[in-house]
Amino acid sequence: MSSQQAVRRLRGLLLSVLALVTTGGAVTAGPPPGASSCSGCHASSISVNTPVPRILGRQSAEIVAAMQAFRTGERRSTVMSRIAKGFSEDEIQAIAVWLATLN
Amino acid sequence: MRTTRRAFLGGGAATASAALLAVPALAQATARVVVLGGGFAGATCAGELQRAEPRFAVTLIEGNPTYTACPFSNSVIAGLRTIAEQRFGYDALRNAGVSVIHDFARTIDPQRRLVFVSGNSALGYDRLVLAPGIDFRWDALPGYDEAATAQMPHAWKAGEQTLLLRRQLEAMPDGGTVVISAPANPFRCPPGPYERASLIAYYLKTRKPRSKLIVLDAKDSFSKQRLFQAAWQQLYPGLLEWVSLSNGGKVTKVDAASRSLVTDFVTYKADVANVIPPQRAGHIAEIAGVADQTGWCPIDPVTFESRLQPGVHVIGDAAIAGAMPKSAFAANAQAKVCAAAVAALLHDESPPPPKLINTCYSLVAPDYGISVAGVYHPVNGQLADVEGAGGLSPADAAPEVRRLEASYAEAWFQTITAETFG
Repeated sequence: MSSQQAVRRLRGLLLSVLALVTTGGAVTAGPPPGASSCSGCHASSISVNTPVPRILGRQSAEIVAAMQAFRTGERRSTVMSRIAKGFSEDEIQAIAVWLATLN
Repeated sequence: MRTTRRAFLGGGAATASAALLAVPALAQATARVVVLGGGFAGATCAGELQRAEPRFAVTLIEGNPTYTACPFSNSVIAGLRTIAEQRFGYDALRNAGVSVIHDFARTIDPQRRLVFVSGNSALGYDRLVLAPGIDFRWDALPGYDEAATAQMPHAWKAGEQTLLLRRQLEAMPDGGTVVISAPANPFRCPPGPYERASLIAYYLKTRKPRSKLIVLDAKDSFSKQRLFQAAWQQLYPGLLEWVSLSNGGKVTKVDAASRSLVTDFVTYKADVANVIPPQRAGHIAEIAGVADQTGWCPIDPVTFESRLQPGVHVIGDAAIAGAMPKSAFAANAQAKVCAAAVAALLHDESPPPPKLINTCYSLVAPDYGISVAGVYHPVNGQLADVEGAGGLSPADAAPEVRRLEASYAEAWFQTITAETFG
């Protein structure tokens, strides 16, 4: 591997590390825009049992697909269609990746 | 005063006197964040920050050992719920490592970054978060002072006032008149007076059907208006009357002894009078110098840092949050964004522009829920609606959708109180 390749690879690695969420460490890459609001309705505590589905620890593709279906109206909902319309594809992707890292 | 060693020693490395000396941020072994106010905004912020940053010394100062939540307190007034279900403590925050001090902040010195509590004790901070909620403007409505609340409860801070209004409704004979006075904008919980009117109407319809409910309003329009009014027409015809500002609904004076509410045209004599008075940010905001001439607190929409005092952040009902309403959901959402921003700033990083959500349910009957939602982002220094997003429940929704939203309202309360108070 050339030194240029090594630098590129290192940069890629650093970016992916930054993209991950670390809690408790020195790096404070917090939740992506909008993500921290979700837990107002979708419980993170296992002691809470409600009809509102849990969204932590799911595959990111599942969250992305659901948000897209809410946006188009293909999936019926009460509030989620109104909320999903406020987020771009990239924002939804980032939120989904972040939620998937949480349990 | 009860306190903990860590709150004053800043991580144990310093001495008590060092904490009193307002040492600059960079000299601290660990960052000190003080949060004032343990409601949906403050308790969420303290917990979120401490869990994300175990090394930070996070202190929450809150006067009451038990918090009584306002959301769903209208159901208590209507006899559908007990006040015990509204009460929450701070043990989960303590278990998360937050130093919870039950005391009142007397003054703040933003230059030396000190908060003074009772007995002249002072806590130093690197960042201060104010979440003081609301206070009432006792000078704004002639005749309505603190003493008058014993006859004409506001019930706009949940607790004894909630129970007093409940007792008055129970004691009222069938055929009585209930009057609610709703204030001009802005105020805590924009749909709250109308949910309250709905649930009191439900109580009257089922228990005292010859009674009447009049809402006197200092506004011509209100949150979720078309949904509320459609539901009132369907559920409470002839029982609930809303009088708009244009129709003379603004209350200009009250007399507590006779339970009278005076408007420009008519004096209403009530059997039960619920006066929701004009409001401002909690008093400590003024003391801290973060409230402007409106009585509310201008903030930066990325960090929630005060526009008036560097190093002091304001979240929840006290803040001027642009398009975001003064709701518990908004307070909780702002608290999480503020916690992340405070952590970033204390790590010398720049917080990215946030997005925030609000979802707010109201009950017009126990099995009939409606909602408003919004998504917000900073635009030109203000939190603005993301266009094309948000809005109300559909006007033509089927009864099962209303039932579903009523169940989601209850689910929301369980979820947000679990997140905020553990």
